[in-house]
Amino acid sequence: MENLKVTPLYEEHLKLNAKMVDFAGFHMPISYTSIKDEHEAIRNNVGMFDVSHMGEILVIGKDSEKYIEFIFTNKVNELKNGEINYGMMLNKNGTVVDDLLVYKISDESFLLVVNASNIAKDYTHIVEQTNGFDVLVKNMSEDYAEIAVQGPKTEVKIKEALDIDLSDLKFFNFKEYTFNDHDLIISRTGYTGEDGFEIYGDHSIIVEIWKILVDNNVTPCGLGSRDTLRFEANLPLYGHEISDEITPIEAGLKYFVKIDSEVDFLGKDALLDQIENSLTRRVVGLELNKQAIPREGYKVFKNDKEIGYITTGYLSISTGKPIALAMINRPFTKKGTEVSVQIRNKMIPGFIRNKKFLKETK
Amino acid sequence: MSKILEGLYYSNDHEWVKVLEDDVVLIGITDFAQSELGDVVFVDLPEEGDELVQGEEFGAVESVKAASDLLAPVSGEIIEVNEDLVGEPEKVNQEPYEAWFLKVKLNDPKELDKLLDHKAYKEEISE
Repeated sequence: MENLKVTPLYEEHLKLNAKMVDFAGFHMPISYTSIKDEHEAIRNNVGMFDVSHMGEILVIGKDSEKYIEFIFTNKVNELKNGEINYGMMLNKNGTVVDDLLVYKISDESFLLVVNASNIAKDYTHIVEQTNGFDVLVKNMSEDYAEIAVQGPKTEVKIKEALDIDLSDLKFFNFKEYTFNDHDLIISRTGYTGEDGFEIYGDHSIIVEIWKILVDNNVTPCGLGSRDTLRFEANLPLYGHEISDEITPIEAGLKYFVKIDSEVDFLGKDALLDQIENSLTRRVVGLELNKQAIPREGYKVFKNDKEIGYITTGYLSISTGKPIALAMINRPFTKKGTEVSVQIRNKMIPGFIRNKKFLKETK
Repeated sequence: MSKILEGLYYSNDHEWVKVLEDDVVLIGITDFAQSELGDVVFVDLPEEGDELVQGEEFGAVESVKAASDLLAPVSGEIIEVNEDLVGEPEKVNQEPYEAWFLKVKLNDPKELDKLLDHKAYKEEISE
């Protein structure tokens, strides 16, 4: 393992016979038994991911709120202590540095949770923007371990297994808890489209909690199902639907950008200009008319003209349909537009559709 | 440990070939291949009447995560495609040596000599 990092749960993954892969510089489980079973455990019951590879960056100081407001696309001034917002950090040209969660601890203290693959880049970006702000930035990524427990039965299971009552914790809120004399931060957040919680703590307590949850039949889930679940819920993944070559407007994430507010933020001018003058492409939903799998990178055509590419696609485990998110040139982004996807040497017909993939499961 | 059956021919690309008559064979993928792939969700196969050329791509077997090309272990005409796999691709995981993909009439049965026997294939996957 050439310089690959491992998380504090590495030994547990090996004990569970996980299939391991390299991801964002970490040795991570892709699945333990089957991606399909893990996916279904979370849709119908309860499962958990080791997400200790995620980055945690703490911003403290007098100007924290004003500063986060400047580097983050979503609203910060409306957040109360204990509330969380999802949004992005942008380059000056409007493209995405990373997407992240902002946890408001107090007016002078915020925790930013960022993608593992971007920790170093994000930290540099964040520090670079601090000029003129009275803030201190600390990369806490090595201190925190994290697991995400997800699925409709999570709240009941956590009460049963850990005796922690999370019934009054609202969606996108967090609180501090103690468990066996260790401090935890628990938030009602996730990346699956299901109810669930993310638990942050020191390495030893997270390993202990993981073991207790395994003993209580919470299904360990790997990166494979993490991707199929987030995709069906139309949640973007950095490097796919968003990147440093894609703006939030192109990605269809304008909802998470305070573009109509008075507040100035890095990248705002570029986005305003793009909306006004130069939006040439957008991420849309796509479905094939016949059985085939539209995978990432496959080209999309209208007649003989290339009009875009698949950013993520699967034979959906929850709906059974061959569906994808795709970056498509305008005006072919209109719902119902007939297109074809090149799969190996065949052109497979399909159409542009909405991104509410999960709405049609039941 | 992956299951390997005696009496079959194997390719380096993890396909098996079972001789039914002198020049008629079934083709599928090995237990090792299915376990590497994980949940098989789709098998993309050519049509009856199409020609296979040894060593050339003829379709793909797709798991949740990835598409994996199928390379023809022999040359010949496809005389039957296993349509059961359309509705039940999971059979490839459950019974890899029962879930055949294609029935092929060989152009040249001598091509089988270029394939591995069960012992050589066992060595191949234990490397």
